Amino acid sequence: MELIWNLLLQGAQMMVVLALAPGLTGLVRKVKSRLTRRRGAPILQPYRDLARLLRKEVVLADNASWLFRVSPYMIFAATWVAAALVPTFAIGLQFSWTADLIAIVALLGSVRFFLALAGMDIGTSFGGIGSSREMMIGAIAEPAMLLTMFSVALVAGTTQLSYVVEFMASGEVGIRVSLGMALIALIIVAIAENARIPVDNPSTHLELTMVHEAMVLEYSGRHLAMIELAAMLKLHLYVALIGCIFSPWGIAPNDSGPGELLAGFVFFLGKLAAGGILLAVFETSIAKMRVFRVPDLLGAALMLGLLGTLLLFVSRSL
Amino acid sequence: MTKLPKLAWTRPREFRAAPFPVSSVTRSGWSSIAKALGEGQVTLLSLWGEPKAVCMALHDAQAHRVAVARLVLSKGDFPSVGRHHAPAQRLERTAADLFGLTVDDAPDTRPWLDHGRWEMAHPLGTAAPHSDATPYRFLPVEGESLHQVPVGPVHAGIIEPGHFRFTAQGETVVRLEERLGYVHKGIDRLMLGATLDRGAQLAGRTSGDSTVAYAMAFAQAAEAALGTEVPPRAFWLRGVMAELERLANHLGDIGAICNDAAFAMMLAQTSVLREKVLRAAATAFGHRFMRDRIVPGGVTTDLNRDGEARIRVLIEEIGERFPLLVDLYDNTASLLDRTVATGRVGPELVKRFGAGGYVGRASSRDFDVRRDLRYSPYDMLNLEVPLREDGDVNARVWIRIREVEKSCALISQLLSLMPQGDILAPVHPAGSPVEGLGLVEGFRGDILVWLSLEADNSIRRCHMRDPSWFQWPLLEAAVEGNIIADFPLCNKSFNCSYSGHDL
Repeated sequence: MELIWNLLLQGAQMMVVLALAPGLTGLVRKVKSRLTRRRGAPILQPYRDLARLLRKEVVLADNASWLFRVSPYMIFAATWVAAALVPTFAIGLQFSWTADLIAIVALLGSVRFFLALAGMDIGTSFGGIGSSREMMIGAIAEPAMLLTMFSVALVAGTTQLSYVVEFMASGEVGIRVSLGMALIALIIVAIAENARIPVDNPSTHLELTMVHEAMVLEYSGRHLAMIELAAMLKLHLYVALIGCIFSPWGIAPNDSGPGELLAGFVFFLGKLAAGGILLAVFETSIAKMRVFRVPDLLGAALMLGLLGTLLLFVSRSL
Repeated sequence: MTKLPKLAWTRPREFRAAPFPVSSVTRSGWSSIAKALGEGQVTLLSLWGEPKAVCMALHDAQAHRVAVARLVLSKGDFPSVGRHHAPAQRLERTAADLFGLTVDDAPDTRPWLDHGRWEMAHPLGTAAPHSDATPYRFLPVEGESLHQVPVGPVHAGIIEPGHFRFTAQGETVVRLEERLGYVHKGIDRLMLGATLDRGAQLAGRTSGDSTVAYAMAFAQAAEAALGTEVPPRAFWLRGVMAELERLANHLGDIGAICNDAAFAMMLAQTSVLREKVLRAAATAFGHRFMRDRIVPGGVTTDLNRDGEARIRVLIEEIGERFPLLVDLYDNTASLLDRTVATGRVGPELVKRFGAGGYVGRASSRDFDVRRDLRYSPYDMLNLEVPLREDGDVNARVWIRIREVEKSCALISQLLSLMPQGDILAPVHPAGSPVEGLGLVEGFRGDILVWLSLEADNSIRRCHMRDPSWFQWPLLEAAVEGNIIADFPLCNKSFNCSYSGHDL
């Protein structure tokens, strides 16, 4: 009976991320529209867009290989698993022993790998440009992300996210320099990884400036729906990750009852909304960087992650 | 220094009010003008074909005077000007496309506007069906690890079509080659034999965002050729319309440039102001873009008291809100980081190409038709022309910002000094073939209209030269050495016309 309950809870977690991810993207778009004095599409619009894309036929280039057709599902599946591993409303779920920080980074890394390959598969110049830019960003963003995870893991003494969150929520941590550095580094990585301004512009029509969008230009129909949904899940993942590590309040602990779970869910909704609004405000107030300035920004994240880790070796209390 | 042949140089006061005296030149005279252009003695205003002739309009910047040289062709070939003066190359290729003329010793013999898809070749000359089209050869590029990125002609945004062929080394652009002509509408041929009214309509539809400037240039050319006495109030109304058009376009451009750097806030704010300008224009003149309001002889719509009040309110509102937007632009470091030092064009290039408008004035070419080749109503007004030397995207934004301010000041002057009276005078046929020149400062730069009329006022030849003819080639130069991702920003800061160029 307990196993069934646990499996149900784990299933609920997977469905929650899938159900909330498009809403988060819709919220960011809505807030950005309001900030630029437009009315904006309803928050539910991304759901409708996905439904529309799923109904549409797929237009495939003649020279598309199996890789091009398979990649969207690989990308979606890996991102979904990664997003579902991050605690949202509760910790200590059935699969939380797999919820390893390094596993999440690895899953996202393989998503990037398939996306870049798919971008080059058709052989159009935009796909190639997008893939090369994505790899340039990834080459620095991934180590920065790993170093950030190391600082967090060193503080918590484990790389299991559930235990990390439990430890962070316990109040034993206090304010630490290394965690502050890790937070800033993680935010920079999140912005770069999710192709947000100032690294990339998710709403641009200028094919020459795109990074993420350039790689997926050739996709259509259900393939595009998978990739779009994966991108939304990724944004959700990062907001949830930052939320659960750096503001773990309200997450339902192990073996909690329905009441606590519900409270955890409401807290989580609040965190998502706050994250989405902050992102929209930030994006509206800044212009996009030159492509070659992006490594500077990510380099800062890398250095912060490294410093945080080093500080922890120097002193356990920093 | 090559000695120029004897030309009938004409000052604005003369050519604005009377038929234009054309200087006939010999082949050697034509060649020496070409050499003088290459040496930078004079500036090329335009080059166009006619049945059995070619013409060149020249500008002498120091003396503020203009001349038109005509070479009558016995065999259908003429010495290349592009050989000595690169800005003439595309104009020559166009003359060859339209009239089937041969350019001797031309550096580039490929067609320009004609992609081999028109119903006939040489529509203004022999108009024969097309022979088999040969594929267009892009210029060869050689070197280590270069790759090509073809962009367009259909773009992802709602913009006009044009093909850009980038050759890049990694992200750095080594060469950009443009290919235009996708929106060719055959305006030159539609003009043949058209009445003056029809001609004014066609001129106003050449480039939609400059409809006032084009109609004004056409009306100027017709009025000069026919010696029409235009009522003073009509001139002042034309001035108001021209400045409103400039305001609307510059406001739109400033926002659009920032939006291409993903700073959407600026576009949102300037779009509001632009829309207010268009709505005020609709109230005052009955059409948002003021199309078909300017005709030879005057204007068709008078400004009533409501319209005038509406425009005054608009100017006040822009005066309140625009400075805040300028501050926003100037204080957003991330935005300036994109625009400063991007897409730089040197002053020598701008001078050689005679590029007008913000492109020229951002690279220290101090030229504005409104001031240097004066026409009514600007000869009665106080006009300052902003100038910058840096020649980058930022400079082109700043020139636009300053021009918005100047246009507001001009509209205020125009409204408070506007005379009363008629707005439209009858246009009488001259009774013999006449020719006239119109030259107007549109928001992009100087628009030239050359008009040849028959004795009954029907159009024998109308040549319209958009400012973009001399700006498009500079865009190729501006992008060189920049990264591919900065091209949209450079392109938007030029904002050249496709429609006006492709005719």
